[in-house]
Amino acid sequence: MRVEKHPVLGDREVGRLVTISVDGAEIEAVEGEPIAAALLAQGMIVMRRTPRFGEPRGVFCGIGRCTDCAMTVDGVPNVRTCVTPVKAGMVITSNLKGGGE
Amino acid sequence: MATGQTFDIVVVGAGPAGLAAAIEAAKRGARTLVVDENNKPGGQLFKQIHKFFGSHEHRAGVRGYDIGRQLLDEAAKCGVEVWLDAVVHGLFDSRLAVLHAGRQVTVQAGRIILATGASENAVAFPGSTLPGVMGAGAIQTMINVHRVLPGKRFVMLGSGNVGLIVCYQLMQAGAEVLAVVEAMPSIGGYGVHAAKIRRAGVPILVGTTISRVVGQGKVEAVVLATLGPDGRIDPQSERTLAADTVGLAVGLTPLTELAWMAGCEFFFSPKLGGHLPLHDENMLTSLPYLYVAGDITGVEEASTAMEEGRLAGIAAAESLGLVEAAAAATDKAAVRQRIDVLRSGPFGEGRRLAKAEILQQQALRSGQGGESWKA
Ligand SMILES: Cc1cc2nc3c(=O)[nH]c(=O)nc-3n(C[C@H](O)[C@H](O)[C@H](O)COP(=O)(O)OP(=O)(O)OC[C@H]3O[C@@H](n4cnc5c(N)ncnc54)[C@H](O)[C@@H]3O)c2cc1C
Ligand code: FES
Repeated sequence: MRVEKHPVLGDREVGRLVTISVDGAEIEAVEGEPIAAALLAQGMIVMRRTPRFGEPRGVFCGIGRCTDCAMTVDGVPNVRTCVTPVKAGMVITSNLKGGGE
Repeated sequence: MATGQTFDIVVVGAGPAGLAAAIEAAKRGARTLVVDENNKPGGQLFKQIHKFFGSHEHRAGVRGYDIGRQLLDEAAKCGVEVWLDAVVHGLFDSRLAVLHAGRQVTVQAGRIILATGASENAVAFPGSTLPGVMGAGAIQTMINVHRVLPGKRFVMLGSGNVGLIVCYQLMQAGAEVLAVVEAMPSIGGYGVHAAKIRRAGVPILVGTTISRVVGQGKVEAVVLATLGPDGRIDPQSERTLAADTVGLAVGLTPLTELAWMAGCEFFFSPKLGGHLPLHDENMLTSLPYLYVAGDITGVEEASTAMEEGRLAGIAAAESLGLVEAAAAATDKAAVRQRIDVLRSGPFGEGRRLAKAEILQQQALRSGQGGESWKA
């Protein structure tokens, strides 16, 4: 969910809207925002599954330290989506089968 | 590896400590570079939309992001060079390995000031790895910087200032906060922040913890339990809240990897967040080219971080021979006096003593008396 109105920060300034693909679904995102923010705004909170046990993981630290938010972006595996900015037309897949193997 | 450039002073981290350090150094004629791994400078300041606490001298009442903007403007005016999307991942004596916008470069520095801040602690309980359990800082960045709510109904673990402030900001962003949970018998943060939360009708449950989080593939409910006198969970007391997101605000740990890599001496201070680089009253570590400032030297506040940064900036410029000792002494004395004021009062006193211990240790180990903190 987007925070449109805010008592201190005022109305949200919408940047350039672009489309990205996430596991085959087209979603709207703001260019330059972290990929993870775009996903959370759509209520998508599972970013990957662990390689061995397949447990779900989502954004935890938000600053690129924990790697829980890693996904495959334009074919590159294990990209930390919380620190990677959105670009128009990105193709993103969750590492649902686990890891980069 | 691309052969890099040379700077008098390289500051790692563009938070309040790093920017303040760079400004003071550049003002004294040092060719100064600040590197930060983020795309936006300002460190923690840019997600802090509340009016700061502290004294008026320290811009209390000014919102965090405004302080950040003022620092950036000043840094630009003094000719400080700022590299963003630039991670320092190696220190080899006074050379830094930097990954700048995907390109590997080395930078040679006369002096290095580490102002890398701190990272949030995690805490483990059954279900703590489920999507929907997040650091309070991550939540704060999402709602205030990116304007995205990561959930609808929140439970916050930890009633220090970070937990309390983020809860209030969640409500400002339109979320529901079901409870703040605190294992200790009393609230950790300032009374003003707790009062705001309570006035909004959010219970602050002390002596309580999260016993587990349950859900199919994501957080669906949070089970709370009261802690008995032995510190164990009382199973009879378990109750469930239908939250979809859990915030963890259970303290910060100084980000000291680069200091470890450099090989400077460390000191263990539980009060200030763990292992800290030992430093003297000029913020100089046990290595002659390496200075530290801000949360990396012990988790405190933006106000103290800026003052420590100023001290490090002045001292580093002085050590390069850019200022005369007498002028530097006057400037440093003024900064130290302000720091002493910040570390007074019921909340500051503990930090002042913990900091004094670091200086004593440093003096002991280096066998010098050193300049006195209190002139
Ligand atoms: C919710 C909350 C509320 C707060 N409220 C207040 C308040 O009201 N008043 C107050 O005084 N303080 C407050 N604080 C505390 C204050 O924000 C911090 O103490 C302060 O930001 C510390 O400054 P710093 O410069 O040391 O670190 P930071 O602000 O954390 O900056 C460190 C920077 O270093 C960068 N970095 C780290 N490692 C590297 C690397 N290897 N390479 C490149 N860059 C790197 C990081 O990206 C970051 O930008 C609050 C903190 C929080 C979380
Ligand atoms: S959420 Fe921790 S690395 Fe992205």
